[in-house]
Parts: sequence; structure tokens; C-alpha cells
Amino acid sequence: MSDVRPRIRLPRSANAGDVVEVKTLISHNMETGLRRDGSGDAIPRQIIHRFTCEYAGKMVLDVEMEPAISANPYMEFDVQVDESADFVFTWYDDDGSVYSETQSFEVS
Amino acid sequence: MKTMTKLWATVAICGAVFSSTAFADPHPDAELIIEGELHIATRAEPPEHLGGVLPEIYSGWLFRTDETRELQMDDFDNPGMLFAERGEDRWYTADGSAEQSCADCHGDVDSMAGVRAVMPKVNENGELWSMQNYINNCRTERMGAEAWGWNSDPMKDTTALISLQSRGMPVAVKIDEEAAEYWEKGREMYYTRFGQLELSCANCHEDNWGRMIRADHLSQGMSNGFPTYRLKNAAVIPLHQRFRGCIRDTRGESFAEGSQEFRELELYVASRGLGLPIEGIAVRQ
Amino acid sequence: MLTRRDTMAMGLGVAAVAMVPGAASASAVDDAISAFTGGADVSEGGVTISAPEIAENGNTVPIAVEAPGATEILMIAAGNPTPGVAKFGFGEGAATSRAATRIRLGGTQDVIAIAKMSDGSFARGAVEVKVTIGGCGG
Repeated sequence: MSDVRPRIRLPRSANAGDVVEVKTLISHNMETGLRRDGSGDAIPRQIIHRFTCEYAGKMVLDVEMEPAISANPYMEFDVQVDESADFVFTWYDDDGSVYSETQSFEVS
Repeated sequence: MKTMTKLWATVAICGAVFSSTAFADPHPDAELIIEGELHIATRAEPPEHLGGVLPEIYSGWLFRTDETRELQMDDFDNPGMLFAERGEDRWYTADGSAEQSCADCHGDVDSMAGVRAVMPKVNENGELWSMQNYINNCRTERMGAEAWGWNSDPMKDTTALISLQSRGMPVAVKIDEEAAEYWEKGREMYYTRFGQLELSCANCHEDNWGRMIRADHLSQGMSNGFPTYRLKNAAVIPLHQRFRGCIRDTRGESFAEGSQEFRELELYVASRGLGLPIEGIAVRQ
Repeated sequence: MLTRRDTMAMGLGVAAVAMVPGAASASAVDDAISAFTGGADVSEGGVTISAPEIAENGNTVPIAVEAPGATEILMIAAGNPTPGVAKFGFGEGAATSRAATRIRLGGTQDVIAIAKMSDGSFARGAVEVKVTIGGCGG
């Protein structure tokens, strides 16, 4: 997949123990496998089928995704940040590629 | 005879669906405020050349549902920003035999402020060029690189990025002097009926804006939001691609993206929105 | 060459994914649910789905689901060619059992969410989302 690009939005700051909202986006066609090209042949399926988020080594969200998730998949969820630690976001593509993004987060 | 009956039936149905409903007008008081800070006007006084056919001019943003409008109000939620970001990486990456990036000549991308607002524009040889033409000219003549296709990913990314630099600046296309002959042709096309359904741009966007065409809330067809992220395509769409789709929907053969006809139409359509701010990368259905 | 199907598809302004004939059968929906619940009883309530009443375009519909206390939530689109949409698993680090995303809906239909609670019980919520066909999708 050419130039798959993840984006993360985290709040600028938080206190230990706060609940923060995390937003993630990744550019990906999420080809369903149901579309047909001009010659009538089915365009093969290629989607991100799984997304995970870990914080401070603990699993936050583990989503199994189907072709019904829109292109450029967006995920939003809440994390309790008890300590300064790393967020690790991982997207798993049907073609075997794994895209990962790590962001450190500081709590005051 | 049978074909004519079918055709008239279709036209009659189309006529019937131009009905007023509770959705009749654009949203009365929605404000486009991006990230809670950046106010973008979505209403303006109509330009003089319209001669009063529109009482006020409205951005297409006002005609969309709450959920669609919200997507444009946050630069993270706006999926079109992904494309601008990709474009930004490309801006700083060398390409072509001259081993230059856009930045090598133009500096940071914010030097492009104002460019989108005046496109399309007549070049020094008297030709009417869209942003895509200027970009490809740089690539082929100065960078020693290949031209990008009008609808290609790199072209969409780059035009999205450049448009973003003019966000909030009013549409300011030139329609007189060297541009006048192109503007006239564009205006003629706007009022020409196309296709089996014999629809002109004006039939929908001047005569029936605010009404529902089936379940779609018709806008005034302004182009200040282009290139725009369309939910239907889940991608950034350039204006010519939208023109192509519109003419196809009249069940007619459409012109090609980048054609002389579409560049002239682009100029005229832009001029109907003179005064509305560029929305960077808009979100539409 | 522009075929009649192409023109119709574009004229109807329907997302390409939705040009697949037929929706999932009621049994496909039931199968998806029992695969998740193992056939256990599912009570109503405690599961909230937030979705637009009318989705302006079925290709990108913002939707959120929340079920306080749930460890997993299965989301199903009862009218899509295949009903599965997503299965959200909330781990130790999750602050809430809430997730929001954007989905594809091929037509007006019910979106169903089944939540698996920490005590192993199941709860259900559903909303109808109207998906419109625009006049001139271009």
C-alpha cells in the first residue's frame, strides 16, 4: 500500500489519573473486495483488519475491523493515564504489513 | 416514440423532485469555526456580475447535515488533512532530474498563501491555467520531472496543501481584461443544457438551490471548498472531477479533467463565489 | 465506453460498495450474534449507539458505541451485504467501554451492538440509520 500514513491526536497535557480522549486516523483505501473494475473483475479485498492501542504496556483497545469500516479508518476511545508512558498504536493490513506509531505522553 | 415517452417521464420525475421541503433554505445560523478558533465566513454579498440572481451567496458547507459539517470543524476529524500532510512531505522532497524539491525554489509552503484564491489565472502567454497546470509546468520545465495526472494522488495532495495556505482568504479570481474572453465562455457553459436530461448548472444551482433533489440538499454550487474531501469517495476530489460527475449525471458525455472547457467553467464558477473565503480542504457529501 | 450501469451507478450517487445486490439475510445477522454470544441470552439495555438519524452519505457514517462495564462490543450492520462491522475489545488500560469510528452502510438499516459484560452476560442496543441516495452524486 503506497504511503499509508497514521495520525494521532492526544491532548497537550493531563494530570496523572485523568481520562484522556485519543483519536487516531490512518490513510488506507479499505478496499472491500466487493467492487468491480471497468472490465467487470472484482478488485481484491485489502483492508486494515485490526487496530490496537497500548499505553504503559497495557492493552487499551483491540479492534477487529471488517470491510464495513470506512476508508481512512478513524478510531476514537478513552484512556486513563496514571503515569507518563508511551502510547503504541498498531494497524494490521491484510497484505501482512504492520504499521506502528509510538508517542510518549507526559502527565503532570 | 417509446424512447421520447421514457425521456419525458424522466424529466417529469426530475421536475417533481425539485420540491420544497422543510429543508428549503441553507442552515440559518450555523457558524464554521475551525478548532474553536478560526472563523470562516460561509455567507457573503453576491458579486455584482450576477445581477441579483442570487440574494446572498452561501458556501456548500451550510447545506450539509450536522455530522458532515462537524467533520470540517476540526483539522484532525477532517480526513482531507491526511492528503495535505502527504502533500507537505512531498513539498520538501526532491523530484526530477534537477534534484530540486518545491521548497528549494518556493521555500516553506506558506509562501503559497493567496495562490488558491486567484486560481484559475491567465498566464504570461495568455492561456487560462488552473493550479494543476502551473504545478505541472514547474515540474516539467524546471524540475525535470514528469507531469502529474489531474486526478492523481500526488496532484490531489499538492493542490490540497496549497489550497490550505489560502484558507480564510476571499476568492479573488480575475474576470476582466485578459481573463474576460474565458470568463464569457465559462458563463455560457454554465447556462447551457447538457445530456439527455438537458440540465444546465443553473437549473440546479441557480434556480433550485436550497431544495432537495431526491435526498440531496442542493447548494449554490460554489467552488471555494475545492479540492474537497467527499464522503462518497472517501478521498480528496478536484473541481474538474466534480464537474465531470455532474455532467455525467445529466446522462451526457462529459468533458475531460483539465480540458479548456472545464478551465473556463472553473473560472466562471469561482467568480460566482467572489468574496466567499477559501475553505482549504472542505468536507462534503 | 460509459455503460448504462456506470451511468446509473453514478447517477444514483450510491457508494460503489453498495452496488452489491442484496443485504445480509436475517439468519446471517443471527449467526454473527450467536458466534459472539455462544447462544447465551441477550438482555436489552445498557448499550448506547450514537449515529446520525439520516446519514448524508452511506460511505462514511460517523458512529459511536458505549456500554459501561463491557469488555467487548460487537457492532453489526443488519442491512449490509455482510453484517460484521467491528468487534471492539477494551483492555486493562481502557478508561471507558466506548469507541467511535466511521462506517459504511449500504442503505437504511439497523445498526446493532452486542456488549459482553465483565460477568459474562450479554446486552443489546440498536438504532435505525437512514441512508439517503443523493440526487446527483456526481
